[in-house]
Amino acid sequence: MLSCEQATRLTSERQERSLTLRENTELKMHLFICSGCREFGRQMDALRSLIRRQPGDKPPED
Amino acid sequence: MIPDSDIADLRRDMLAFARLQISDPHLAEDAVQEALAGALKNAAAFARKASLKTWVFAILRNKIADLLRSKYREPVTTTDPDCKHCAPADDQYFDDNGHWQQDTQPRSWGDTHWLADNADFWKVFDACLNDLPAEQARVFMMREFIELTGPEICATLELSSSNLHVLLHRARLRLRACLSGQWFGTEESA
Repeated sequence: MLSCEQATRLTSERQERSLTLRENTELKMHLFICSGCREFGRQMDALRSLIRRQPGDKPPED
Repeated sequence: MIPDSDIADLRRDMLAFARLQISDPHLAEDAVQEALAGALKNAAAFARKASLKTWVFAILRNKIADLLRSKYREPVTTTDPDCKHCAPADDQYFDDNGHWQQDTQPRSWGDTHWLADNADFWKVFDACLNDLPAEQARVFMMREFIELTGPEICATLELSSSNLHVLLHRARLRLRACLSGQWFGTEESA
């Protein structure tokens, strides 16, 4: 079973690369029982979408 | 019309942002100058200051990304298995078994969508980002704000991809802990 440290590492790397089938399975099993790591994942998604969806207008092509 | 004092403030913020990413001060200055000049040409269309700032920074971000991709690209010649750049791990988040400490376990932030427009939130965010070890802040900004890809960052900084992943993991752990403590108030320590 993954530790929370390993699970957060995989959650972070999921934003960088495709996880292997095995990594994915282990992460899902961990998240099933760990609310802290589920929350970590939600917060990572929230951070990325907040940063990348800044308010205002699209810049011109230049 | 935008007051000169606002432009000066904006310019200072842009330069600080560019300097973090581009070590050559002249190149950083040029990127800021070009972004600002390009934006101000059409400033009339941007009555709202906040909107102008967002827009100018988006242009600046594109310029920095181009600079980093072109002028700074070097072949990766070194790998660093011990990750000297990575700074010590933040062990305080996990116990000896690698599980969350009781007071560091993430708790819900609730709805976050409304924060995108909240200037106070971004101030706290900046403070938290500035609190990160320099290398962590740098790769996090390159990845999330400049939106370079992992391989582009690795090529620019001569990092291995596993080192990049370590740095990003630590940056994200620390940033979320700081935001939880300083903004969301969901955890005692940050």
